[in-house]
Amino acid sequence: MKNSPRLWAGFALPGTAWLLALFAVPFYAVACVAFGTIDPIFRDATPQWNPLAWDFTQAQQVFTSLATGPLRGVAVRTILFVVCAMILCFVIGFPIAYFLARHAGKRKLLLLVLIIVPFWVNYLMRMLAWVNLLSADGLFTRFMRIFGVNYNWLDGSPITVILGLVYGYVPFLILPLYATLERLDWRLVDAARDLGANSGQAFRLVTLPMSKAGLVAAGILIALPMFGDYYTNDLLSRSPSTEMIGNQIDFFLNASTQPQNGALLVIALSMFLLLFMSFYLRSTRMQARQTAR
Amino acid sequence: MNPTVKRRKNSALVFVIWGYIIWSLVPVIIAVIYSFNDGRSRTVWQGFSLRWWWQDPYASIFHNAETRNAIINSLVLAFTTLLVVTPLGIALAIGSQRIRGRGSNLVQGLTSAPLITPEIVVGAALLITFTRLFTAVPLGFAAQLLGNVTFSLASVVVIVRARLVSIGSSFEEAARDLGATRWQALRFVLMPMLWPSVMASLVVVFATVIDDFVITSFLSAGVSSETVPLRIYSSVKGGATPALNALATLLVLTSFSVLILGLFGMSVWRKRHGERGGLRAALADVTQIDN
Repeated sequence: MKNSPRLWAGFALPGTAWLLALFAVPFYAVACVAFGTIDPIFRDATPQWNPLAWDFTQAQQVFTSLATGPLRGVAVRTILFVVCAMILCFVIGFPIAYFLARHAGKRKLLLLVLIIVPFWVNYLMRMLAWVNLLSADGLFTRFMRIFGVNYNWLDGSPITVILGLVYGYVPFLILPLYATLERLDWRLVDAARDLGANSGQAFRLVTLPMSKAGLVAAGILIALPMFGDYYTNDLLSRSPSTEMIGNQIDFFLNASTQPQNGALLVIALSMFLLLFMSFYLRSTRMQARQTAR
Repeated sequence: MNPTVKRRKNSALVFVIWGYIIWSLVPVIIAVIYSFNDGRSRTVWQGFSLRWWWQDPYASIFHNAETRNAIINSLVLAFTTLLVVTPLGIALAIGSQRIRGRGSNLVQGLTSAPLITPEIVVGAALLITFTRLFTAVPLGFAAQLLGNVTFSLASVVVIVRARLVSIGSSFEEAARDLGATRWQALRFVLMPMLWPSVMASLVVVFATVIDDFVITSFLSAGVSSETVPLRIYSSVKGGATPALNALATLLVLTSFSVLILGLFGMSVWRKRHGERGGLRAALADVTQIDN
């Protein structure tokens, strides 16, 4: 069985070739456009296929713009929105995952099914549902007017966008969190309690260190798509005042004549996210080791 | 801990969890209800009708030419993606689980990277690739198909590989000891046992592709390759009638039907083959999370 490496390599070959051609090569293509030149007559981006001849002048401009120039606002806002949404996601998601893993009892399967349902409801449908509720004569807006709150939710409000991100991504956090907490050896927490720790201490000194790797991995799993999100913003706000990096990428690649800037922003975003991805791989490996023990 | 304190603490959590479930589902249910609104408003109720589903000869989702076109595009894209990605993914799962040595790391990296790469990055990279490098692939259906296969390949690999791990190698070894060739052991022993994971992959990929917005949108070529999510997206941005709610409801109904059908099929298969687990195991297959 094990001694037939050629056969197994043969099985892996078509899929690997596919991913090389349509996942790895496209990143190279992005780099070639980003570090290419601009056609002097048609003003279109001309890719430079030879890495030795890559031109970094435009890259320098865009990266400076992200750090200190006009794109800085977008970069800061993206990070701020994602951080706020992440904190809220954990505040909502952790107690739920904890309850499911520890105290759900007989109702567990039912609760689990109900929590998985939003997973299978189209993301756009879930945003559309809120667009309906939050519009000027929507149910939620009318309901809030009873309390004297008269707020224009869909008119470039950062609160709406952040809450939209939370609503959109929290289901994707709860399940991995639940999976992590479910695997914990809760006898250790009980032991800590028996030895005199109060519930806060037991949580801080036992539960948290045991589940840290899983919590980080679950957090990164939703942070990555949030950083690249542009549709939540587009549907709930549509205002330049709430634009995130994804909106800029979408704009430059789909609606402008400067695809090179789009390619450069894709590179900037990917490099930033690579940091999280390596974190993610490290914490999943750590988690695998912890469960193996 | 004092038992009453414990109970009170838990009941607070019960409150939180039911509150969350209501919060996560009620807005969607309201949107579904408004698809049956008799008026043109998506926010003010004016009585029940099937106007936006069927009755209106122009605007209802089953009669509007553009909407029908989008529904057909979505279904064609989903089924062709399934046709390509399933064999590709099963083979890659088997290969990547058993391959050893130098190539192994490359294969593992390539199969796990798409799972954690944001869709906008994949979509943007493929758009650039198809417009500047592989220009033989036109934007529209062909590019959308290649893009969706690329993005969903990894999920098939993950699902099938989990099943391979739980099966182990003893069944194949037994078959070999009884005189089967390596190929026969694979074909007649391993393949049939993979069936639940294949069903789970079909369900997951179908739902992913039919719901996909980002990649399909980056690689679309206008109205001719507009899918249901793309149509929903552009209508939300313009003012729209409850036909939009009806279309979104149809999308949700479609993926739920496929999910329920798949879960049912997987439970029946397990029962018939004497494996324990039933619905629970089927759910675990689909979500890749033990419950």
